[in-house]
Amino acid sequence: MTPLSQLLPGQYGKLTSLNPERSVDQRLMALGLLPGMVLKLVRKAPLGDPLAIEFAGQVVSLRLTEAQTIIIDVAADCPIQRPRPQA
Amino acid sequence: MSAAEPGLTVALVGNPNTGKSTLFNALTGLRQRVGNYPGVTVARKSGQCDCGDGTKVELIDLPGLYSLSAASPDEQVVIDALSGHLADDRRPDAVVVVIDATNLLRNLFLASQLSELNLPVVLVLNQADVAAEQGLKINTELLSRRLGGIPVVLTSAWKGEGISAVRRAIGEALRARVRMPAVEWPPLVEEALADVAAGVAADIGRAPGRADVERLLFDSTTSVGQRLGWAAPRRDVVIRAARDKVRRAGYNPLAAEPLIHYERLRKLLEGVVQGGGNRTGGSAAVDQVLLHRVLGPVVFAGIMLGMFAAVFWLAKFPMQWISGGVDALKLGVAPLLDGMPMLQSLVTDGMIGGVGAFLAFLPQILILFLFVSILEDSGYMARAAFIMDRLFSWCGLNGKSFVPLLSGFACAIPGILSTRTIEDPKARLATAFAVPFMSCSARFPVYALMCAAFIGPLYGPGWESVVMVGMHCVGLLFAVPTAFVLTRFVLKVKPQPFVLELPRYQMPKPRDVLWRMWQNAAEFVSRAGTVIFAITIIVWALSYFPRDPAVEQRIRATAVGVAPAVVDAQVQSAYVEQSWMGRFGKSVQPIFDPCGFDWKITVGVLASFPAREVIVSTLGVTYSVGEGAEADSKHLQQVMRDAKWTEGPRVGTPIFSLAAILALMVFFALCSQCGPTVATLAQETGGWKWAAISFVYMTALAWLMAVAVYQGVSRLA
Ligand SMILES: Nc1nc2c(ncn2[C@@H]2O[C@H](COP(=O)(O)OP(=O)(O)OP(=O)(O)O)[C@@H](O)[C@H]2O)c(=O)[nH]1
Ligand SMILES: [Mg+2]
Repeated sequence: MTPLSQLLPGQYGKLTSLNPERSVDQRLMALGLLPGMVLKLVRKAPLGDPLAIEFAGQVVSLRLTEAQTIIIDVAADCPIQRPRPQA
Repeated sequence: MSAAEPGLTVALVGNPNTGKSTLFNALTGLRQRVGNYPGVTVARKSGQCDCGDGTKVELIDLPGLYSLSAASPDEQVVIDALSGHLADDRRPDAVVVVIDATNLLRNLFLASQLSELNLPVVLVLNQADVAAEQGLKINTELLSRRLGGIPVVLTSAWKGEGISAVRRAIGEALRARVRMPAVEWPPLVEEALADVAAGVAADIGRAPGRADVERLLFDSTTSVGQRLGWAAPRRDVVIRAARDKVRRAGYNPLAAEPLIHYERLRKLLEGVVQGGGNRTGGSAAVDQVLLHRVLGPVVFAGIMLGMFAAVFWLAKFPMQWISGGVDALKLGVAPLLDGMPMLQSLVTDGMIGGVGAFLAFLPQILILFLFVSILEDSGYMARAAFIMDRLFSWCGLNGKSFVPLLSGFACAIPGILSTRTIEDPKARLATAFAVPFMSCSARFPVYALMCAAFIGPLYGPGWESVVMVGMHCVGLLFAVPTAFVLTRFVLKVKPQPFVLELPRYQMPKPRDVLWRMWQNAAEFVSRAGTVIFAITIIVWALSYFPRDPAVEQRIRATAVGVAPAVVDAQVQSAYVEQSWMGRFGKSVQPIFDPCGFDWKITVGVLASFPAREVIVSTLGVTYSVGEGAEADSKHLQQVMRDAKWTEGPRVGTPIFSLAAILALMVFFALCSQCGPTVATLAQETGGWKWAAISFVYMTALAWLMAVAVYQGVSRLA
């Protein structure tokens, strides 16, 4: 269980939970980001924020702070398995 | 429904960037702007469409949206159009849902929500060419059957493929009125919806539409309650109880809608799509470079630099041709009007000179829009917003502010309109407020004239370009702190989410790019022919009249033994000085005296409030009125260089000193001198308040900065 904000570029996993009270998450749900969906952190913007995430065949941007409460079950076969330790 | 029987209307709806406007253009023969960025269309546009059998319907192109729970003003436009609750609107008779064939699942979510509107639906699967390229095979018959028999058409709107099938399908939908079956809610959710509907009906006395009920139950922030006049305490009680019911069904009430719709769609799409592998592969490889940590910003800076370099330097040559043509035209026309000095002056100085000076900037507009449309149509614009978001977030805005601000370098009006894609009204306002600071193409003539007349000749072409680039940054320099203060302390904007789809890259389509350039050029030229032309003539008349022959006689009587050319010049300046414009300028000049402006510049500044580019032609008129054919642009520069103060403490020194030139340019960089921009701001911010604040703030800032620059530089120099 890792917050999306701590994934490394290239890592992916299944979405376990997000926060439906928040309008950002409501947007993402409308785009099809629902629990169980595989989600990949494609990259971070050059300045470290925002993130580009890929799910259901589309790439969408998202800010780091918004990604903190989006929880991912990182797949075991990810290219880099160990999430960055919390700063 | 209105009394007079109106024709049938059909609305185009769908996710952003699916090709609605492209399809609209193909169906109506019109030319709406298209582009590879989510949020190109921000208002409703309508046109006539033939259904293939001679029946005509009114087709409406709408902004794109992902879901019916509207967040931004452009999305609200769609909701309003579909529910027909705006005073001048009817509900459409049918909707065409345009879907990106490469991503059926996500696109169908909106269609599934729309089924609650109970309108006949045509489903258009667009971008079939891309789907085929990706190896996707779509069974449209099966899809149609599963959707209750609504027409499903596969198209490539851009190539014009499948358009006549869409026409026939629209005709069929209007005749057969087949609806898409609505989603089946779990029993408890259905009950909750019925409770809300009953609650509304009990309180306001009429049954609400099904779609409205769903918004009330599923959205945490919806304006439907206000619209229906369903008031707070009762409403909240009913909705809380209904949401508890949804919870008992095992759903978070705020997540229930997408969960249930997507579940339905996943089943519905089983076996409909075959094949297709890596859908984002090609673009990911390009992003590897363009969004790279180091290369990304380098490429971005390179593109921006290249763009402005092209606008400044490439445009120089065609600009010279235009100015040359204008001068030649003056020389050619002047002799025809010899003997009619007033008409000669009107035609050569007023009409040809004024409008010609303005038209010389057409090449720059064309080049700027060439770049903007290529960036947009290729898909890079969304990446630029992605790269810039961090910097914008610092002043409370987000990456979506990038497109409005960049457009602002061409013209503030499209820039302000494109802020509609920003969800938060305060962030939107702050962006719209910052847009007029961007150095729009109308400021260019002012900088160009000052640089060509003074900076270049006095300090060399190197400094000329430095000043040119510098002036383009002045606005930005003030826009950033302005936005910062506005978002942090005045509006108190909450941190903005930034959810933007990064579309796939594509080759820019020459047809669309050229069309965009043409449209903007046509608008610019028509402005030259109308607003600018009218102001030029008014300014000319105000500085030509009254023309009392006694003025001339007095000068000629006293000037004995003076060269005739000098006498002529004295006569001309005496006439201008006692003209209406001269008198007015002189009475207002004290306000601008601390900026180093004489009364002639003051006249130019005042005349430029409706449209700033007028200053060039006004200076042309006030400094060379009555000189007929000789008054070409080189001549104007010479006259301006020779102009000296004739009274006051600065008598004998040049009017256009370095300090005054810089002050004048800074004034124009910051001042709110554009009637249409102020009007657009009022329209987009819902009232004159912010437009008035913007006008006063920018104008006061411009005056202050001009005074600071003039006083500072003249002390130093
Ligand atoms: N390959 C391909 N591209 C298409 C097709 N139709 C549209 N496009 C491109 O898709 C992009 C978006 O088209 P628009 O017509 O602006 O889309 P829209 O749905 O009106 O977008 P918004 O107004 O932003 O909601 C443009 O770059 C079009 O050239 C198609 O059939 N095939
Ligand atoms: Mg459009």
